[in-house]
Amino acid sequence: MSTHIPSDLKYVASHEWLRVEADGSVTVGITDHAQSLLGDVVFVEVPKVGAQLAADEQAGVVESVKSASDVYAPIAGEILAVNESLADATESVNTDPYGAGWFFKIKPANPADLDGLMDAAAYGKEIGA
Amino acid sequence: MAQRTPLFDAHLAANGKIVDFAGWEMPINYGSQIKEHEAVRGDAGMFDVSHMTAVDVRGERATEFFQKLIGNDVAKLGFEGKALYSGMLNEAGGVIDDLIVYKTSWGYRVVVNAGTTDKDLAWMAPIAESFHVELTPRRDLAMIAVQGPNAIAKAQAARPAAAELIAGLQVFQGLPMGDWFFARTGYTGEDGLEISMPAAEAIPFWNALIAAGVAPAGLGARDTLRLEAGMNLYGNEMDDNTSPLAAGMGWTIAWEPASRDFVGRSVVEKEKAARAAGGALLKQVGLVYEGKGVLRGHMKVVAESGEGEITSGTFSPSLQVSIAMARVPLAVKVGDTVQVDVRGTLQPARVVKMPFVRNGKKVYE
Repeated sequence: MSTHIPSDLKYVASHEWLRVEADGSVTVGITDHAQSLLGDVVFVEVPKVGAQLAADEQAGVVESVKSASDVYAPIAGEILAVNESLADATESVNTDPYGAGWFFKIKPANPADLDGLMDAAAYGKEIGA
Repeated sequence: MAQRTPLFDAHLAANGKIVDFAGWEMPINYGSQIKEHEAVRGDAGMFDVSHMTAVDVRGERATEFFQKLIGNDVAKLGFEGKALYSGMLNEAGGVIDDLIVYKTSWGYRVVVNAGTTDKDLAWMAPIAESFHVELTPRRDLAMIAVQGPNAIAKAQAARPAAAELIAGLQVFQGLPMGDWFFARTGYTGEDGLEISMPAAEAIPFWNALIAAGVAPAGLGARDTLRLEAGMNLYGNEMDDNTSPLAAGMGWTIAWEPASRDFVGRSVVEKEKAARAAGGALLKQVGLVYEGKGVLRGHMKVVAESGEGEITSGTFSPSLQVSIAMARVPLAVKVGDTVQVDVRGTLQPARVVKMPFVRNGKKVYE
């Protein structure tokens, strides 16, 4: 089973993906590789809208049947929106990690922070895909 | 170097995600642990349990051997094939392993855990010698557990030659057929079978079970199923330093006849008296938690009468809440609310009588 790593996204080593939207906001979720390691997701805690997070600060928790994992803010910024549907439809983290399974949208404190992040090829190398 | 069971290639063929388990390369799931869990509760699923070890026991004094070796009493086994569950204790009253013993035509067969096999055999050897009993580990066998409400019918379809023998099995009875052994036992809280067979016949039988509509299920589902069924896992609920009385295994100890001097007896007997007197000891209970997050092993439990610890916790796919097994102070009662340290905050959980689920249905109050 090969892992899916979309080429239009950015990645960090803690297995979050980032999509830069047209309005400059950034959508964040966990990668296909991460959801596969976790197994069936049964509980997700997302940050509060308006929260100001530093890069690598804990932004939430994702729990599978098997284990609990922290989710981190991949860049510093303000939380603009969170995926409320994850309160019930936690399985979308497994079935559609880059779509319906998104976690939150963040407004970058410094858009240049995005430049240093991994692209799909670098992330693929990181996880040995 | 990790070991592989005779079914390793079948796991790969079924897209099994392989992990290390007690030195064995085993499937944790084949895609979705929850779907595998549901297959066992609602239909039929199967597990490769070939990493466990069957040991055949022969000798005129085999009964005496077991009466010394384990807390339960094989004298209870009234007919061929009848099985019993027991702890094997050390001199300090700790649990070396939990196991199942079957009474057989040649004496007994005992099935022990994978991770403890070497330790178990080393412990058994001198006791076997003192009773002139011969132990034969059956590493030549593979073992498949077929579990679920439709498990028996589907196993019969996959092995028609054994259909009649299977139909005649009582619960907790196992009988041989050639080199095969069919036992109506399991670790899920559902009806089903644990079937041993020569290693070379394992993959054809596995494939016949798939053709009969049995879903492969991994170690992940095995854990949520056994936890819902309130069944202990060696290493979590008990170990060499845990008393069977603190691990909910009091029922597995045959106290009568009082003259039977099984290993560890004097220690657990003193502990039993201390419990009756209300000593500062722990006991096993079930917990149900409907708050945020999931109960996990090693989380701290805080009760009015003192502290305890969760030994196994998970999200229950059947109940859609978090459940756990915990060791708590003796004074804690069913129906109490205790506090659990869930990732840094104390959260209320309800104390219930286990099991949580039996034959597909919620059974606690």
